[in-house]
Amino acid sequence: MTNQLLGATELGLVYGLMVLGVFITFRILKIPDLTVDGSVVLGMSVTAMISNLGHPFLALFAAVLAGMAAGTVTGFLQTKVKVPPILAGILTMSGLYSINLLIMKGSPNVSLLGTDTVFSLFIGATGVSKHTGNIIVGFLICALVVVIIEFFFRTHLGLCIRATGDNEEMVRATSIDTDRMKWIALAIANGCVGLSGGLAAQYLRYSDVTSGSGTIVIGFAAVIIGEAVCGRRNITVGFISTIVGSVLYRVFIALAINTDFLPNYFLKFITVMIITIALAVSPVKEAITARKNKARRLKENA
Amino acid sequence: MLDLKNVSKTFYPGTVNEKKALVHFSLHLDPGEFVTIIGSNGAGKSTLFNAIAGVWLTDEGKITLDGQDVTFQSETKRAKMIGRIFQDPMKGTSPSLTIEENLAIAYSSGRRGVFRQAISKRDAEFFRETLRKLDMGLEDRMKVKIGTLSGGQRQAVTLLMATLVTPKILLLDEHTAALDPLTAEKVLGITKEIVESRKITTLMITHNIASALELGNRTLLLDNGEVALDLKGEERDSLDVEGLLHLYRKQKGQELDNDRILLS
Repeated sequence: MTNQLLGATELGLVYGLMVLGVFITFRILKIPDLTVDGSVVLGMSVTAMISNLGHPFLALFAAVLAGMAAGTVTGFLQTKVKVPPILAGILTMSGLYSINLLIMKGSPNVSLLGTDTVFSLFIGATGVSKHTGNIIVGFLICALVVVIIEFFFRTHLGLCIRATGDNEEMVRATSIDTDRMKWIALAIANGCVGLSGGLAAQYLRYSDVTSGSGTIVIGFAAVIIGEAVCGRRNITVGFISTIVGSVLYRVFIALAINTDFLPNYFLKFITVMIITIALAVSPVKEAITARKNKARRLKENA
Repeated sequence: MLDLKNVSKTFYPGTVNEKKALVHFSLHLDPGEFVTIIGSNGAGKSTLFNAIAGVWLTDEGKITLDGQDVTFQSETKRAKMIGRIFQDPMKGTSPSLTIEENLAIAYSSGRRGVFRQAISKRDAEFFRETLRKLDMGLEDRMKVKIGTLSGGQRQAVTLLMATLVTPKILLLDEHTAALDPLTAEKVLGITKEIVESRKITTLMITHNIASALELGNRTLLLDNGEVALDLKGEERDSLDVEGLLHLYRKQKGQELDNDRILLS
């Protein structure tokens, strides 16, 4: 059980930056960006191929760039071709399926067994145990990226991106090109997702062309869990909550599967239930208050 | 400062809904002129603002702003020179950003360097001073999300944002219409203060004929996409609300008569 929880934490950290990417589009830009399902595998396959050539660090760097390129394509579709945001993401995601196969030279999966990864290099250099090493590396990379993103959204450009998601018309009225803002935000978000996919490939030691499906849903669930735990006070708390949410999500899933109450293949169903219940909280609360008020007033008026 | 020559705009051309919103419209504004605009719904007031701001491109004519031909310039490009405020107080500010962050967007969008900190200490001090002039106590609430402010307060901040960097021209589209009378008066007072002290060339649409005559130094009456009346100087000074209404009715009456002739 301890091993499983540790594994869940590691997986949560590995996919934490994917959740951060989802947060940037979903909460800041207020556009659900479905590119994620494709860009996470893009990060995986790019990393797998370059790591196997013996360049684990360069591989992760390339994964970021590849993810950003994917985000740029979605941004182009959204702003220049005027494709509705959700469809734009779906188009890029579907197109990436072929691109990912192309990167992996036509094979649906590539193994990283016996290759150096950032995890194995760290564990080799410090001599810590496998779990400890994985958690430290995952945490350090997440922390580094969160700090960079946090800094970025404090700059003028970051502020303009936040305002674009909030009130596009006002931003345009202050002579800022909102199309460009969306473009940059989508690129940054998918860069995070790509890096996360890269880490996943090095952690899981494989890249699989189908492994991305449902990633966006996991991202939403983790964002919602993170916000439920950390609150929605300000943007800094928001960024940190994505990593927290990602880890908690994996822990929940591990616990749910461990109870033997539901079989393994119910993973996606549980995820969807978590999202649905989380989203249902506030309307249900409202309905209960309205009903109580009605009962009270009926009594008073009688 | 602003020159419109023979500008025309027709919506839905060639359909049953065809609407000639601006018809060979010409207008010249001198620097520092404060013009109030009145006219019934559909007279072309907002269309005129959209044409100046570049929301879409016009069909005919030429628009010059401060000696620069902006006829084919994009909205974003023109926005650098234009400050615009709408009727809806929700439209002008970004609700989940704080007061100072909103001001910072308006303040530094014209300056270089996208990666610098959005709000420096000096900026914050400048914002505090500017907010103090509103006399709404907002200078002590700069880190509050703007979505929590009242409509009047938001509109006042919008006004500050539009004039933080002095625009070549300020377009006010019934910016006090959604406010209660007292707040509206206050916001109008602030408008007057800012526009007159800094001599900003301003166009203001209003449905309040009293304030149309009281504020500024020129009044336009628009009708069917044309300037029906252009009042300034002594003629305007001697006119009261009653007199303007009379002129307005006369204008409208003629048109009604024309219609009757057409229909009979």
